[in-house]
Amino acid sequence: MHLSEYLGFGMTLLAMPFFLCGTVGLLRFPDIYTRLHALTKADNVGLGLVTIGAMLQTQSWVTALKLLLIWLLILVTSAISCHLVARTALRRGIRPWQNR
Amino acid sequence: MPDISLIVAFFLLCNVIGGLIRVLRGPTPADSMLAAQLFGTTGVAILIVLAKPMKMPAVLDVALLFALLAAVVVVAFVVRFWAPASDRK
Repeated sequence: MHLSEYLGFGMTLLAMPFFLCGTVGLLRFPDIYTRLHALTKADNVGLGLVTIGAMLQTQSWVTALKLLLIWLLILVTSAISCHLVARTALRRGIRPWQNR
Repeated sequence: MPDISLIVAFFLLCNVIGGLIRVLRGPTPADSMLAAQLFGTTGVAILIVLAKPMKMPAVLDVALLFALLAAVVVVAFVVRFWAPASDRK
């Protein structure tokens, strides 16, 4: 096994805490805005690390490009849907949570 | 080392199952819909992790499709169902 494959596994393992943070945030945070924040940031970093890990393990350029495309697509779409959900929630009159 | 990939995939699956609790508890429909977003990113990660030990490169195309569908699902939900009636298209 090459060094790059070990690095790839290391990257994949490094991604796991980010996914865990995303799920814990989704379950524990008090309102929809904070939950959106946990979900669309932490999970995207985790997915990026998984993608980099898989790119290090593969030999073909086409596969690496496809993985990069998947990550970019997820980044764009999750940013769009995060803003859409947050703006619609504001229009419906859901107040952001304040610790008072 | 396919074992590590399987353990990682199992851990990610546990994350998705944990997200389903939010579907049951979520006060607004959008909170439940966030679990679909979670399934989008985490499901894609599961497929990417499993593509190599399964020796099926086509799984990456499935991951690409999941990424597309996750976006379409959330946008369709917000625009067609959840938006205030005056904004609905």
